Amino acid sequence: MADVKKIATRESYGNALKELAAQHEDLIVFDADLAGATKTGIFKKAYPDRHFNCGIAEGNMMAVAAGAAAAGMVPFASTFAMFAAGRAFEQVRNSIGYPHLNVKIGATHGGISVGEDGASHQCCEDFALMRSIPGMVVMSPSDDVEARAMVKAAYEHVGPVYMRFGRSAVPVFHEEEGYTFQIGKGEVLQDGADVAIIANGLLVAEAVEAGKALKELGISARVINMATIKPLDEELVIKAAKECGKIITCEEHNVIGGLGEAVCGVLSEKCPTLVRRIGVNDEFGHSGPAAALLKQFGLSADHIVEVAKELCGK
Amino acid sequence: MTANEKKQLMAMACKVRMGIIESIHAAKAGHPGGSLSAADLFAYLYCKELKVDPANPKWEDRDRFVLSKGHTTPGLYAALALRGFFPVEDLKTLRQIGSHLQGHPNMNMTPGVDMSTGSLGQGVSAACGMALTGKIRNKDYRVYTLLGDGEIEEGQVWEAMMFAHHYKLDNLCVIIDNNGLQLDGKLDDIMCPYPIPEKLRAFGFEVAEIDGSDFDQMEEAFAKARATKGVPFAIVMKTVKGKGVGYMENQVGWHGKAPNDAEYEQAMAELKAQLAEVEAM
Repeated sequence: MADVKKIATRESYGNALKELAAQHEDLIVFDADLAGATKTGIFKKAYPDRHFNCGIAEGNMMAVAAGAAAAGMVPFASTFAMFAAGRAFEQVRNSIGYPHLNVKIGATHGGISVGEDGASHQCCEDFALMRSIPGMVVMSPSDDVEARAMVKAAYEHVGPVYMRFGRSAVPVFHEEEGYTFQIGKGEVLQDGADVAIIANGLLVAEAVEAGKALKELGISARVINMATIKPLDEELVIKAAKECGKIITCEEHNVIGGLGEAVCGVLSEKCPTLVRRIGVNDEFGHSGPAAALLKQFGLSADHIVEVAKELCGK
Repeated sequence: MTANEKKQLMAMACKVRMGIIESIHAAKAGHPGGSLSAADLFAYLYCKELKVDPANPKWEDRDRFVLSKGHTTPGLYAALALRGFFPVEDLKTLRQIGSHLQGHPNMNMTPGVDMSTGSLGQGVSAACGMALTGKIRNKDYRVYTLLGDGEIEEGQVWEAMMFAHHYKLDNLCVIIDNNGLQLDGKLDDIMCPYPIPEKLRAFGFEVAEIDGSDFDQMEEAFAKARATKGVPFAIVMKTVKGKGVGYMENQVGWHGKAPNDAEYEQAMAELKAQLAEVEAM
């Protein structure tokens, strides 16, 4: 994949905001002294009058955004996932979620691929926290094309949305032309019948690679990109379970509370199926280069292949 | 203010207090102390200050009121009902299953409620967001928010104050109900937030200090708030927790407790006598 273009989805977020703002005057952006890192700075450069820095005060930012939404704006509130979902959880829950206000939370630097900053900034709990808020849409894109389309879909959706973007550059594998994104719909990237790999975020590219490697080993893997964690595409999950019989979930998140458990929740009630969850195994991360960390934590194509082989008895 | 206007406000405040006692007694739960301390303010806001339309509660250009100290919503509900947003009889359904009158304000259930609040410290931030929107859209509506004096112990309140000043929200009026008591006791003993006006001034606010039961002072302060440009305005009002019901006044025990039947009768008798006195003026 050496010649594949790589872009961090936080960059896609900033670019999409700028594109959207041209058509929608009600779109405004809040940031908490991280505009350079969340990439809302891209939007700020183009629309300085519509970008409001809140300073290092994430709780206030979320409730300010709620008030702006109550008065008719469509605010995108941005900070790192750790502070958006973690620090400001209760503001998101009570001021945005409970009144079901039209706030879009653009959380960047999700997962351990934050890298060198270490565990304090590596949020692996955000899916769990945000999923537990009634009415909240929770999404995490896999590449630039999907991320930009997702931001536009989030704008069109009426109600609160949480989007997690990554810090590290990831391969762009979707074709721009003809691409459409729908909230709550999974995407089958490779068909297969022996095992289904359901991934999101930067694990999707790894899952695709794993799918190809497994094919060479004689294992037919179905690879599904599940960018929306909530509402989950239950139909696609159940179909995969029925047709493949075994499921692997992959996410840059604690195995507790994220995509893996969302999939298990559906399957245990509607189609009991053997599931292996690949994710961060209920531990904190640590400092290091993102690529090395992902490998160390088993968030890689190689590890997916291993788990698939074991699951398929090969 | 004419004598007749003042009389009407006093009568409204008595009725708000009766609504508070009626609803909390019926619910067998609620927060009478801080509702009663702000009853005069609720009456003033909904009789005189706020540009609102009960027939069109979501009117885009209306003034907004955010009850940041959401637990004192019986006072807000009584004022809204008396102003015609919904039937006064609804007050007796407070906190019951199926009622639109939740234990803390819900903007999607109760006509006239502009923001869902209850978790202290958040309403003032939401009010900032509404005021900022007014600025962005060149609207001339104003945004009012009421905080408890205990509530300002929440750090988020001061994040919001910084925000209000930074973005020059002169369409925002922050009101602080300084009744001196919070759930566990006196502010001085629990976590002293004093001196409040000085703190607000240090955060860039123009501040008025008033007696929260004096309608003339209220009128003067709100006029000053409307005339202030370039900086946000705060009104710190000295009040008496439980005001209007003798046995509740300045009693911390009445922060969050409903009166029993005998206490209810006593409170209503007192308030009815006060109302009769006002009407005889």
